Amino acid sequence: MEKIVLPDIPNFDKIDTYLANGGFSAYRKALTQYPDDIIDQVKKSGLRGRGGAAFSAGLKWSFMPKTTDKPKYLCVNGDESEPGSFKDRQIFEYNPFQLIEGILITCYAIGAKTCYIYIRGEYHKWVKFMEKAVETAYEKGFVGEKMKEVFGGGFFCDIHVHKGAGAYICGEESSLMNSIEGKRPYPRVKPPFPAQNGLWGNPTTINNVETITNVPAIINKGWEWYASIGEPKHPGTILFGVSGHVNKPGVYELPSGTLLTDIIYSYAGGVPGNKKIKCVIPGGSSMPPLRGDQLEGVKMDAESLRMAGSAIGTGGIMVMDEDTDLVKVLARITKFYYHESCGQCTPCREGTGWMLKLLNRILRGEGSTKDVELLVSVANNIEGNTVCALGEAAAWPVKFMVTRFRDEFEARVKESAAREVVNKVHSMRRTVNPISPINI
Amino acid sequence: MEFKFTEENLQKIETVLKKYPEKKAAVMPVLYIAQEQNGYISGEVMKEVARVCEMPEEEVLGVVTFYTMYHQKPIGKYHIQVCTNVSCMLRGAYEIYDKVKDQLRINNGEVTADRQFSLEEVECMGSCGTAPMIAVNEDYYENLDVSSTIKILESLK
Repeated sequence: MEKIVLPDIPNFDKIDTYLANGGFSAYRKALTQYPDDIIDQVKKSGLRGRGGAAFSAGLKWSFMPKTTDKPKYLCVNGDESEPGSFKDRQIFEYNPFQLIEGILITCYAIGAKTCYIYIRGEYHKWVKFMEKAVETAYEKGFVGEKMKEVFGGGFFCDIHVHKGAGAYICGEESSLMNSIEGKRPYPRVKPPFPAQNGLWGNPTTINNVETITNVPAIINKGWEWYASIGEPKHPGTILFGVSGHVNKPGVYELPSGTLLTDIIYSYAGGVPGNKKIKCVIPGGSSMPPLRGDQLEGVKMDAESLRMAGSAIGTGGIMVMDEDTDLVKVLARITKFYYHESCGQCTPCREGTGWMLKLLNRILRGEGSTKDVELLVSVANNIEGNTVCALGEAAAWPVKFMVTRFRDEFEARVKESAAREVVNKVHSMRRTVNPISPINI
Repeated sequence: MEFKFTEENLQKIETVLKKYPEKKAAVMPVLYIAQEQNGYISGEVMKEVARVCEMPEEEVLGVVTFYTMYHQKPIGKYHIQVCTNVSCMLRGAYEIYDKVKDQLRINNGEVTADRQFSLEEVECMGSCGTAPMIAVNEDYYENLDVSSTIKILESLK
């Protein structure tokens, strides 16, 4: 199978290797066409966003106003803070120039003159990789004003790397824009959408790193070719990051629609000790978890996963074997959202804290059956009641983990309920006759 | 104590400011430069950053407090960050975290008396495929277990 985003070519991160393998030919080809035709091709290719929502990239671009005096912007989202997701760093490290070429084509198509690549702050090393690549591209005249001489045509654009500083919420597109603008990065209320009112109030498109890196291949080889890879409704290859209880964790680029069981057992080498799988989160920690006995036949693409009761998210597959304590896992996931909630909306700010308290209580063995119901109820009251999708991201794992593994949660609270009864009897005996020793 | 940027850093800031149409947008990179020079973000630092970025000090404070990577207190020479999120946890991150606490005799958010080490339990660092991991200042150490973590800490002493 041919790889699009992470090809198996040594030193592909070097400009000379990239050029020797047809680098920047897609941009040259794009220049011979009208911007609208490029948007049209990307639309027809079926390329869908790789950042979580799986929205059609071409359609998103087509929302950008055609006639406007305002400057237009492109933001490339490399915040990559979703637990279980570690794919974009591979692109920064192994294929930065294809990302840059994808940016050039996208900027040409939507008419943007400036692009910001937003990379999470913890990725110091990868920020440096990307800054170096952008610098090289500037030196060679592939980016910036010199583009006009190098490629011909009247178009040029600038690319800047913006380093985050450790906030999950900045992966949310409107929060990301506020972060670039130097504001406290609260998500914005939508509408207006970024295409109308984005960076500094100007038309802006935000795409994931992986999405943009796919673009040169679509232009070079045609949308028909791209649309024929994998599942027709969500075509192309996807970077699947497999982590947790597998023998060979890592990032695997595979056609969409690859069987989840194939990814886990063939590519990631199965579960250590041949243990059974209890639970798999298929798209990063905010996506609904699947039961280990429901994995057969589940294909990894947006539509198939929706049918299976989850979502593709960022393609970060977290595998948990039969010995995993799911209450502990859920408490840890919830702790993450509690920590990362920006505090703007009450349901999310307070709800994540309540859910964490409930889960910790169950973990301590002090939970009651009511707590399990209460967890789901709190989650339901967060979902849909917040400005951004962090509300859903926090609510879904709780709601679905508890309903799909109810047996496990109920067994845990029953254990503590049983202990409570014993304690009660014991304390009663002591109250009745506190001084005399208890003879059994 | 008054804070002033060094000549070299002022030049860096000049380059950074060119990336954005507004000075305020440069607040994050300018804060990074300031933190590198001063070690942490004090009130005086924020005052100076506000002046450079032409924005109110309160807004600089709003930015500083929002992110985890701007430190308002001095940190150790080696800032140890242990990821305990799910993918790392499944592969033994909490054993590592406990061991690090033991070894350094400090808790989350504390600094050792000799100011050599500080400890922070961090959220997912994007090393799920090479879990568990710790980061020392800006460098990632991946595919760890308890004994390899101890070796890293010893090598820093």
